[in-house]
Amino acid sequence: MRRLSGLVIAVLALVCALPAAAQEKPRYGGELVFVVPSNPPSFDAHREETFGTIHPIAPHYNTLLRTDPHDKTGTKVAPDLAESWTISKDGRTYTLKLRHGVKFHDGSEFTSKDAKASYDKIIFPAAGVASNRKGEYQDVEAIQAPDPYTIVFRLKWPSASFLNSLASPWNWIYKADILSQDMRWYETHVMGTGPFIFVEHVKGSHWVGKKNPNYWDKGKPYLDGYRAIFITDSAAQVAAVRGERAMIQFRGFAPSERDSLVQALGNKITVQESPWNCLILIAMNHEKKPWDDKRVRRALTLALDRYQGSAALSKIAIVKEVGGVQVPGTIFATPPAELEKLAGYSHDINKARAEARRLLKEAGVPDGFSFVYKNRGVPMPYEPVGVWLIDQWRQIGLNVRQEVVEAAAYYGQVLRPGNFDVAADFQCGYTVEPDLDLYKFTSKDKNAANYSRYTDAVLDELYEKQGKAVEAEERKKYIREFEKRLLDDEVHYIYTLQWHRIIPHSSRVKGWMITPSHYLNQQLDAVWLSE
Amino acid sequence: MLRYIVKRVLLMIPTLIGVAVLIFFLMRVVPGDVVELRFAGESAFASKENLAIERARLGLDQPLWKQFVTWMTGIMRFDFGTSMWTGSPISEEIRLRFALSLQLSIMATIVAVLLAIPLGVLAALKQDTWVDYAVRIFSIAGLSMPSFWLGIVFILGLLIVFKWLPPMVYTPFWVSPVQNLAQLIWPALAVGYRYSAVATRMTRSAMLEVLREDYIRTARAKGLWQNLILSRHALKNAMLPVLTVIALEFAFLMGGLVVTEQVFNLNGLGMLFVESVAHRDYTLTQALVLLVAFVFIFVNFAVDLAYAWIDPRIRFR
Amino acid sequence: MAVTADRVEALGVEERRRGWVDVTWEFCRKRPLGAMGAAVVLLNLLVAVAANVLAPYDPVTTDYAAMLAAPSRAHWLGTDAFGRDVLSRIIYGSRTAMLVGFSCAFVGATLGAVIGVTSAYFGGKVDLFIQRFMDIFLAFPLIILALAVVAILGTGISNVILAITIPMIPRAALVARSSALAIREMPYIDAARASGFRHHRIVLRHMLPNVMASYLIMLTAFLGQAILLEASLSFLGLGVAEPVAAWGLMLRGAAVQFAESAPWMALFPGLAISLAVFAFNLFGDSLRDALDPRLRTQ
Repeated sequence: MRRLSGLVIAVLALVCALPAAAQEKPRYGGELVFVVPSNPPSFDAHREETFGTIHPIAPHYNTLLRTDPHDKTGTKVAPDLAESWTISKDGRTYTLKLRHGVKFHDGSEFTSKDAKASYDKIIFPAAGVASNRKGEYQDVEAIQAPDPYTIVFRLKWPSASFLNSLASPWNWIYKADILSQDMRWYETHVMGTGPFIFVEHVKGSHWVGKKNPNYWDKGKPYLDGYRAIFITDSAAQVAAVRGERAMIQFRGFAPSERDSLVQALGNKITVQESPWNCLILIAMNHEKKPWDDKRVRRALTLALDRYQGSAALSKIAIVKEVGGVQVPGTIFATPPAELEKLAGYSHDINKARAEARRLLKEAGVPDGFSFVYKNRGVPMPYEPVGVWLIDQWRQIGLNVRQEVVEAAAYYGQVLRPGNFDVAADFQCGYTVEPDLDLYKFTSKDKNAANYSRYTDAVLDELYEKQGKAVEAEERKKYIREFEKRLLDDEVHYIYTLQWHRIIPHSSRVKGWMITPSHYLNQQLDAVWLSE
Repeated sequence: MLRYIVKRVLLMIPTLIGVAVLIFFLMRVVPGDVVELRFAGESAFASKENLAIERARLGLDQPLWKQFVTWMTGIMRFDFGTSMWTGSPISEEIRLRFALSLQLSIMATIVAVLLAIPLGVLAALKQDTWVDYAVRIFSIAGLSMPSFWLGIVFILGLLIVFKWLPPMVYTPFWVSPVQNLAQLIWPALAVGYRYSAVATRMTRSAMLEVLREDYIRTARAKGLWQNLILSRHALKNAMLPVLTVIALEFAFLMGGLVVTEQVFNLNGLGMLFVESVAHRDYTLTQALVLLVAFVFIFVNFAVDLAYAWIDPRIRFR
Repeated sequence: MAVTADRVEALGVEERRRGWVDVTWEFCRKRPLGAMGAAVVLLNLLVAVAANVLAPYDPVTTDYAAMLAAPSRAHWLGTDAFGRDVLSRIIYGSRTAMLVGFSCAFVGATLGAVIGVTSAYFGGKVDLFIQRFMDIFLAFPLIILALAVVAILGTGISNVILAITIPMIPRAALVARSSALAIREMPYIDAARASGFRHHRIVLRHMLPNVMASYLIMLTAFLGQAILLEASLSFLGLGVAEPVAAWGLMLRGAAVQFAESAPWMALFPGLAISLAVFAFNLFGDSLRDALDPRLRTQ
């Protein structure tokens, strides 16, 4: 993110400048009905990793900071329960000023005690309490609450991404008194400060919230309430929107589903699209032959006609953009001219494939060489991307068979034990941020999610450098070097197409902006319904 | 009769225990567990200590026999525990889904009976004529279409032709009968049509057999009104095998409508099965399997009782 | 499963010995529906065997220039989301269907028959034990078995076959047992026992052939069911893996998404499944009528 260290900057509460699309005056009232394609596991976002928890439950909560609900890149940090923040000169102390007069739904006052208890639960859990996100906050040394309206985070080292981490949509603020009695209370109960109050949850069926009349942000929320309907089957989700039994589904639909909705409902449907900060990666097991040979790995990436693939697959699957290690359109994204220089990104596919065949021959891989591509048992978009890959590799003389492994068993049976030659891997972040997005590619002794199983000290060093780079331009430079080494020189991993998020929704839904993450922007405080 | 009932009830116990043992160990053979799924999924920041903490909390670090004993002692007290995935009590997870599955099974069975009995009787009376052929083609056609395909055709048909979609959320019958039926009538029709095929066949066979009995022939010869004979003599005797078929299908429907539930977005037991296995939610899967097995065994028991009641010789076999 | 219903149908009266030509001719004449079914089944088998000759295109080659093309002279049944020829995939898919159908039905019905007959033959404690064991599998939900097999062994044709076959065995055993019980008491079995024949010889040589009628009926019923189950499992993502051509696979994913704008993608494979299963069922249904003396036309 934009580096602010070295200066002490006070950022005032942003009065959200509404973009042109939302110039109409918000209308009060109405119930937003939306589809959630998955059921929430527990209700505690601190320990879950699915949007199935965020979508129905996030409107009950606030976070300390959040991303600006009107920022399409989903990277601009905005105040939430903390109204302003300052960063010390050495970049290691973050001081947040909390809002006054914020009430929990039970009427009690929110103070720094609650913020500290919530973050302690995440970063410094008591013995015997599991925290899913502890690893993301290794840079935090201590959390202090010097007065009821101030909270201070002390870091072990300066971190370019820390402000974004405080805006994480997972870090809901809970009530300290409840946590001190029962750390696991929030797994099965709801009690926050958010714009909506919990009404009802029927397992497997729906979740209902109603307007919080005492919400601290006066004048909000606009909706009287919301109703989340759980529908797992994608055809049934589309049917729900089309039959006007629901207004929106916040995760995303396939392109064909968008087209059939637009065709059936015309201007009653509004479509928002964005590159999605998720993508399928291809892991090549460096511990197995011939994947220890970078010529073979390079051949695999050279075989991919990404531009034709993008044109074709974007009609049938939720993938589209050809990009590097950052989502296209964001600040650290690879400029197209530079992208084309990477192996497998050139527009001359015949030349690339000839080169691929040459490399295979050189490495002693015979024509018609056969291997298994392990794919994860998730239909969209793993299946179409898998079919595409196998066909692309066939065109450089490789005979690839696909083996689909049940989604739940995939990580434990295939990726973690290294039980594969070439396999689908996945990367998806709640915000576009190099620290978060690139961590996965550091050496295998540094992170357990390096499923290509390599050690690369040069890459590790570049990762460190970009993380501590003060100036955006400098950071960009390191990211480009990192990218070239990862995708071109060494080809440790292969990037397939960027996911593409498509939200066709009822035109009545206003005040909601698509972002590159389906975890973001789900508080619904700014959402309203037109007539 | 009492002796027979007691004997049959006692025979249910080893079967249920067998089912319990089978599902318990089957789930442990399936790779992965709920803790691994939650704390070591896609995240690049997974930590080993989380896995240990959570496994200890859920008792998954105990030896298998101990886990089994704990589970069984719970069941003896009708305590199925809490779901490992959501943390809610199993009874809460299952209650509403059970109600939906039960209602759908009953409705589908009614549809099947309403189709099967008249059609089966008709086919038997007109054996080997075009009527017989038409009935058989109609009923076998239902059995031959993939149920999800039929379901999708149903939904698309409603959407395109009537621009209307059944409600997506289950409303219990006693809250709003109209909402409730508007949602469930479609899957009940699709499933009932499909499952009428076997019952139609059984009705037809049973009728053919009965029509050949001497006293019916005599009655026919005497020129009695045919319908009267049918209702009085023939149908009564033909009922038993048909009842068996229907009862067993009913038991199957209780947990077996996975694909139909998915297509029509029904919050029933079938989808819960798929989800609970996908989440490696041992406690929930185990409870569900026991529940469905119990329904199956109980329905079988009831059918046997009906037989024994009508044909006393069976009691002494 | 529907087959459990068969327990109430006691079968097993021997067919008079006649030449197979006579039998076939009589079957066709008296049971035109069954004959039609049999003809379609045979046709299906032929297509499966000669798939590589009949199919106009390679079933796995993608053609992004011809994505989602409507039926035309180049592609009689249109193309799918990857530009693959639907007709060719249906033709090759019949291989998968027949393979799954026949292997599941054959293994399921045969193992079931052997277990059922053995159980009936020995009676007493052995019977009681085998029956309780079968009860466990009967009461066990099908879907859990399928999910477990796929989770443990992964997807793929052989595992699908396993997942479909296991639940068939106890159902077949139930039917075979009740047919065998009727035969067990017949004098020639007693005679064979008295002559000191070994158990397995009596079971295999004398009892099994006499359960043949119910065995054949089960076999035909299982054939259709196996094909349908394979389609359902594929639909749930528990079946055969892409890019192998399989009917159930053709009906999932893109076929559903494009159900309206490219209906041929879902329509033709759906018809292929329905027609194949319909033929098997029609044939099986008539076979029952023919083999069960109580249902014969007077």
